[in-house]
Amino acid sequence: MIQTRIVEIWVGLFIAGGIAALFVLAMKVSNISTFSKVEGYELTARFENVGGLKKTAPVTMAGVRIGRVGDITFDSTTYEAIVHLNIEKQYDKLPTDTTAGIFTAGLLGEQYVSLEAGGEEKYLANQDEIKITQSALVLEQVIGQFLFSKASEGGSSNGN
Amino acid sequence: MIGWIRYLGRSGLHFFERLGRGSIFFFNVLMGLPFLFFRFRLVIQQLYVVGVLSLLIIIVSGLFVGMVLGLQGYNTLVDFGAEESLGVMVALSLVRELGPVVSALLFAGRAGSALTAEIGLMKATEQLSGMEMMAVDPMSRVVAPRFLAGVISMPLLAAIFSAIGVMGGYFVGVGLLGVDTGAFWSQMQAKISWSDDILNGVIKSVVFGVVATWIAVFEGYDAIPTSEGVSRATTRTVVHTSLAILGVDFVLTALMFE
Amino acid sequence: MSNNNKEAPLIEIRNLHFSRSGRMIFDGVDLDIPRGKVTAIMGPSGTGKTTLLRLIGGQLKPASGTINVDRHNVPELGHKELYKLRKRMGMLFQSGALLTDLSVFENVAFPVREHTKLPESMIRSLVLMKLEAVGLRGARDLMPSELSGGMARRVALARAIALDPMMIMYDEPFTGQDPISMGVLVQLIRLLNDALNMTSIVVSHDVKETMAIADYIYVISTGKVIAHGSPEELNKSDSPWVKQFIHGMPDGPVPFHYPAKDYLEDLVSGTG
Repeated sequence: MIQTRIVEIWVGLFIAGGIAALFVLAMKVSNISTFSKVEGYELTARFENVGGLKKTAPVTMAGVRIGRVGDITFDSTTYEAIVHLNIEKQYDKLPTDTTAGIFTAGLLGEQYVSLEAGGEEKYLANQDEIKITQSALVLEQVIGQFLFSKASEGGSSNGN
Repeated sequence: MIGWIRYLGRSGLHFFERLGRGSIFFFNVLMGLPFLFFRFRLVIQQLYVVGVLSLLIIIVSGLFVGMVLGLQGYNTLVDFGAEESLGVMVALSLVRELGPVVSALLFAGRAGSALTAEIGLMKATEQLSGMEMMAVDPMSRVVAPRFLAGVISMPLLAAIFSAIGVMGGYFVGVGLLGVDTGAFWSQMQAKISWSDDILNGVIKSVVFGVVATWIAVFEGYDAIPTSEGVSRATTRTVVHTSLAILGVDFVLTALMFE
Repeated sequence: MSNNNKEAPLIEIRNLHFSRSGRMIFDGVDLDIPRGKVTAIMGPSGTGKTTLLRLIGGQLKPASGTINVDRHNVPELGHKELYKLRKRMGMLFQSGALLTDLSVFENVAFPVREHTKLPESMIRSLVLMKLEAVGLRGARDLMPSELSGGMARRVALARAIALDPMMIMYDEPFTGQDPISMGVLVQLIRLLNDALNMTSIVVSHDVKETMAIADYIYVISTGKVIAHGSPEELNKSDSPWVKQFIHGMPDGPVPFHYPAKDYLEDLVSGTG
């Protein structure tokens, strides 16, 4: 039989190591560290089209992340999407005429919400709504519009 | 043709008979678990045999699997100019699939076969019978601690495997191939969710732990008590556990990551 | 033998039937094991003598019949009662059945540790006492793999008596022993029986040794008790079967040949 003391020490190390590994996975690898800072306030914004925006996508201002996208729901009366934005506590001086837009990081990257400050003196508070929004660009629509305008341009030049 | 159908029928009957016996056995093991509340020392002893002694192979394999993922992933991703996503790729593969599955397969080979052989030999040498006649229930004294130790060890081993694997991927990706450290970690953290990815991986490995240890102790307990019987039971443990793990993995993956 | 016989026997087996994979092992066996005596159960190999011990110990269930051990019908006992009864039974397996991962000392201490909460110092003196009784106190730190067959059996015996059982069952205790350890075992069985006032059941086919220690002998063959009595009575028996068995004659009522078809025919047919 192996000595009990050594066995116990090894088993202790094993369990501690396993839990430490789980902890590393949680803190270093996953997004749990960002969940821990949910303290802040929530804004809503209505979009005609959110494109491929997903929960937990970043909310940025001037390229700096100031929060994350919370729930995305659908308003069946206005046929609009309501996006809940969780903004971190320290960014509490967003003017009431702030605008929100959905952009894409890179050509094929993730979609995010970008806020742009306005000039008002009053600031947005919890549960306020961002009134001015710009919907996501849907690539097919853009290409379609582009082709359509090109075609009509070509048609008009022919007429001349 | 008739012979073939008959063979199929016989194998089917045999399969269900074993499944039934295994289920009754599983139930009996569960009934033996409360006993361990008073005798946790027995579990600690088995945690050493089942868990600690499997550590080396888990750590080494985890490291190499992580490093290979780093290399292969880099070569693929660099063509799209997306090598910053290497961290996501390595960690996601490990946490969701390779960590639980590969460590369960290694566990079956390293600890499962040893469990089967040990219990089978205890049966062959009448040690289990002897215990019964000493009014010591081998189910709670021998099988239950081994089962519990296996179920506890599996998620810990899988977590260690994944964590070491991520380190291996980091070492190759950032250390050797020059991926940006910040991008490696931040993309990983942005894309990997605690509840969807890591917790599901842990749930997987707990299920694998139950399946692998159950098969191992059942095969040992059910072995024909001869040297040939024990050797065949040991082989069966490794084969059946591996197949069961892969099958269960598919089902769990389908349920978890729709 | 006289006054003990008045009390009910420790074990009463009535009309025992048992079969395994279609083969009848016991076909209506009746036997009584008196208290405080050494009772031997003899018979040729393969007559289910070991099976009988397992039936008494409750490890197997008979097809029908009753097995009363100290007024408990073993086949009908629940798990709890059976284990309670087994605490008072000792069994010596043919192989010894020592736990190979524990030392000699720990093996003997095993049932004590499992069933009592005695302090370590008391366990130590108890274990040493039992080991002293089988003459192996000096071997307490050896592992089972370092013991000879005879020593392993003696350690198993020390373990079987660790909880001072009311009875002890010996499964083929003499098989495969050299003459010296055989002599030691014969002496030990008799000595322990008388000193601890236990009941002993010896299952064996070693006629000479068994006749030497048994107070009463049952001879079993083909699923039935075919003779019983004290060793002297059996020695004088004129049943041809008993004569063949006791004197070890190769042919007699038990034929030398396993049943087969005619030899000449078998040779000529050339198949099978």
